[in-house]
Amino acid sequence: MKPLLALRWALLATLVALLGACATVPPGGPGGTAAAGAAPAAAVAIDPWESFNRKVYAFNDAIDEAVLKPVATAYRDVVPQIVRTGVNNLLGNIGDIWSAANHLLQGKLQDGLEMGMRVATNTFFGLGGLLDPATGLGLTRRSEDFGQTLGRWGVGTGPYLVLPFLGPSTVRDSAGLVVDRSANSSILPLSSNEQYGVSALELLSVRAGLLGATQLLDQVALDRYSFLRDAYLARRRDAVYDGAAPMEVFEDDAAEPPAKPVPASAPASAPK
Amino acid sequence: MFKPLLTAMTVVSAVLASPAALAEAAPDALVRQISVEVIDAAKADKAIQAGDVGRVLGLVETKVMPHVNFEVVTRSAVGVPWRTATPEQRSKLQTEFKTLLVRVYAGALSQLGDQTVAVTKTQPVAGSTQVVVQTEVRGKGEPIKLDYRLDKAAATDTAWKIIDVNVGGLWLVQNYRSQFAPELTKGGVDGLIATLVERNKTAAK
Repeated sequence: MKPLLALRWALLATLVALLGACATVPPGGPGGTAAAGAAPAAAVAIDPWESFNRKVYAFNDAIDEAVLKPVATAYRDVVPQIVRTGVNNLLGNIGDIWSAANHLLQGKLQDGLEMGMRVATNTFFGLGGLLDPATGLGLTRRSEDFGQTLGRWGVGTGPYLVLPFLGPSTVRDSAGLVVDRSANSSILPLSSNEQYGVSALELLSVRAGLLGATQLLDQVALDRYSFLRDAYLARRRDAVYDGAAPMEVFEDDAAEPPAKPVPASAPASAPK
Repeated sequence: MFKPLLTAMTVVSAVLASPAALAEAAPDALVRQISVEVIDAAKADKAIQAGDVGRVLGLVETKVMPHVNFEVVTRSAVGVPWRTATPEQRSKLQTEFKTLLVRVYAGALSQLGDQTVAVTKTQPVAGSTQVVVQTEVRGKGEPIKLDYRLDKAAATDTAWKIIDVNVGGLWLVQNYRSQFAPELTKGGVDGLIATLVERNKTAAK
C-alpha cells in the first residue's frame, strides 16, 4: 500500500501548489479553450507550464512502460473477458451514481433521472451492478464528473496540467478530481486500504482498456505529448458542452483565393 | 481517453471504405448509408479484422478516396507553407499523410465490434458551403461522438466530400496543424516530409 500512499501525497502536494498558482493565471473562457486545431501560439497560452508538464509526462511514461503497461497487459491476457467486463460494470455502476448527481448539479433533470434509473436497474436486475441490463433498455451511460460540472457553471479550465501517475488534466479538472474522489469514497464506504484496492483495480481496468489506444497514439502522433494534450483539451471542451460545442472554424489558409475557408476554386494544378 | 478515438477511427475507416455510388446523396444520407455498409463490410472481412495493412490500403485507395477531398485535408493541415510548396512536395505530403492515417485505420479496423451508427444532427457551417453531420457510434460502452465535416469539392464536382472528422471532440485533420507546425518551422516542407516518411517507416516495422 505504500506506493499508493505516496501517490496520494504526491497528488495532494501538486494540487496545493496548483491552487496557489491558479490565482496568478487567468482562466480561459467557459469551456476553456479552442485548443484543437489552434495555432501553436494558442497552445502556449493554454500550456504555460509546458516544460514542467513534459517532465511529468516523461515520468508517467516511464512508470507506465515499467509497471502499469505490463501489469495491464497481463490482466488483459490472463483474466477472462467475462470477469473483466464484470469488474468494469461494477466500477461503472458506482461511477454512474456520481454521474447522475453531476447531471442534476448541472440542471439536467432528465439526464440525471435517466442515469439514476440506470443505476437502479443495474443494481437490482444486474446482480448489484455486475451485469449491465440498463444499456440494453436504452439507458445509455453518459458520464459526468465534477470538472465538467464546474465547466458548465462557467469555470474556465485554467492551464493544462499533467498530473503524476494520473496524466492529462487541467487546474479545473484536478480540483474536480478531488471532489470526484471523495464523493466516490462516500458512495462506497470502505476502509482506506480497501479504497486503495478499489482505486488500483480501477486504474488497472482503465489501463487495460487503453492498451490498443496507446499503441495507436504511437503511430498517429508526431509529438505524443502535444497530441495527447490537444486531444484531452478538445475532448473535455466537448464534454462540457455535451457534444454540442460551438462550431470551430476550419482553418484552410492555404486555399486559393487565400483567407477564404471555402475552397471554391481548388488549385487546378492539384498533383495526383 | 483514447479508447473512443480508437473505436471511432474504426468506424471512420469503415465509413471511408464504401462504394462510390452515393456521390449525389445529401450529406447526412451519405454518411448514414456508408456507415452502415462499411461496418458490415469490415465485420465480414477476416483479413481486415486481422489488421492486414496492405488490404486496408487497397480498400482505401479504391473506395475511400472518392469520398474524401484529400487535397483539402492535407492543405489545411499544412497551412500557409502549402502555397509555396512545389507540385512534387504537395504530392509527397499527400501520399505520406495518407499512409500515416491509413495505418491507423488498419489497426483500428481490427477492433470493430458490435457497433451501430446513428446520425443525430446535420447543421450547415455559417459563412461557408460546409456541413457538419453529427453521428453517434453506439456499442457496449458509452456512445462515441463522431462528426464529419463535408464540403462540395470544386465547381466541377457536385458531390459532397469529407474534409475532416471529429472523434470524441477532436477534429483530427485540424489537430494535425499543431503537429505539423513545429516541423515546418524547423525544417520547412522538406523537413515535414522527411518526418512523415520516417514515422511511416517506423510504424511499418
